[in-house]
Amino acid sequence: MIDIKSLCKDFGDLKVLKNIDLHIDQGERVVIIGPSGSGKSTLLRCMNLLEIPTSGQIIFEGADLTDKKTDLDNVRCKMGMVFQQFNLFPHKTILENLTLAPRYHKMMSEEEANETAMKLLTRIGLADKANVYPSTLSGGQKQRVAIVRALAMGPDVMLFDEPTSALDPEMVGEVLELIRELAHDGMTMAIVTHEMGFAKEVGTRVLFMDEGVIAEENTPVEFFEHPQNPRLQDFLSKVL
Amino acid sequence: MFETIKEGFIKTFIRDNRYKVFVEGFKNTIIITVMAAIIGIIIGVFVSLVHSLAENARDKHQTTAGARFVMVLDKICTAYVAVMRGTPLAIQLMIMTFIIMGGFPNKIIVCCIAFGVNSGAYVSEVIRGGIASVDYGQTEAGRSLGLSQIGTLRLIVLPQAIKNILPALCNEAIAVLKETSICGLVSVVDLTRAGDLVRSRTMSPYFTLISVAVVYFILVYGLSKAVGRLERRLAQSDRH
Repeated sequence: MIDIKSLCKDFGDLKVLKNIDLHIDQGERVVIIGPSGSGKSTLLRCMNLLEIPTSGQIIFEGADLTDKKTDLDNVRCKMGMVFQQFNLFPHKTILENLTLAPRYHKMMSEEEANETAMKLLTRIGLADKANVYPSTLSGGQKQRVAIVRALAMGPDVMLFDEPTSALDPEMVGEVLELIRELAHDGMTMAIVTHEMGFAKEVGTRVLFMDEGVIAEENTPVEFFEHPQNPRLQDFLSKVL
Repeated sequence: MFETIKEGFIKTFIRDNRYKVFVEGFKNTIIITVMAAIIGIIIGVFVSLVHSLAENARDKHQTTAGARFVMVLDKICTAYVAVMRGTPLAIQLMIMTFIIMGGFPNKIIVCCIAFGVNSGAYVSEVIRGGIASVDYGQTEAGRSLGLSQIGTLRLIVLPQAIKNILPALCNEAIAVLKETSICGLVSVVDLTRAGDLVRSRTMSPYFTLISVAVVYFILVYGLSKAVGRLERRLAQSDRH
């Protein structure tokens, strides 16, 4: 589904990603962990070209995203993205946050868009918040709204960029629970996270990034129980 | 003491119907300020629009004739802003009066245009600053939902930026009001020039010049207060 070939990304002299090759199949849930500055967020953000790669290719559903002729706006409709800072639109109500993009793309009429949005809000138990503004929601509620806002577009893959890192500890659970449900429904995902227990439970494959390369990748059980790379062993000993 | 003030007042305003000079000057100051502000806003919005369209064309790697035209126009606009901000307003006014529009009979219109063209550069910077003040995460969220550069600007960024832009625009108009006091350089009788004319007749600088300063102060102070109120109102609507 996503094919990343010799991806490099430099910020000035700093080489953040060094020749990354990664293939993500439909239905896979790839969890990316690693120390800060290892390039994991950059890798995720390259997948929908929020960061422009310095070189290399990203192929998604047959389209080469690094080709200048590719219509990225259309591609991005099929890739939902969830940010650390939620990035809800503060000047729009919760309902409008969900319907804005589907209506912009004329994917559905106003009624259909509202109906879809209300179904999604009901699913996360926030139907009563449809007409309030994001500033009145808790962090956990905001992030769950941000997730269903991406889902409203009917994406084929979801990208999560540290979805729980900006949350108060007691709100982490509700957000992870929602992501868990999506996993259960078979959604293809790439998740950058610091929640090791969650990575082990939800991931079908775990990657360890260090200094711009994928230093180790394995099934969750092998990854956490028999880490090979000394850097990964060191990292796990600190965070577990 | 009282007699001196009374004498000064009569000499400055009453004798020979001198108040008419002040009224004429005041009227011209207001006309030039209002017209310059309107012209400035039109030019400023145009420059910002060209800049956004050029960014959009760059983002989409467009190479059509229209896209190239917009990019060239954007370069011209950038040069225009640099020149307007990089040269003194007084010299711009004289160049406009004696070179570009030399021989144009109505000097007040020339002043409106000179101040408007200058203000446009600052207005475009105000708009740019307002757009930059919106968290970049908002743009990323919009783009990740497949909105184009322009679509994101129109639906997500501008509605939030306007709260910062409006008060700054009003402050720019207030600045123009004060700047119009150099109209006398090209023999247009604005409020300042009116005061100066009367001063040269009455030989009493204190009364004339201070009266003029007081009028400016009342206008500027009143407008600034109004802008302050507008700012507070806009800030309040953030909290819902």
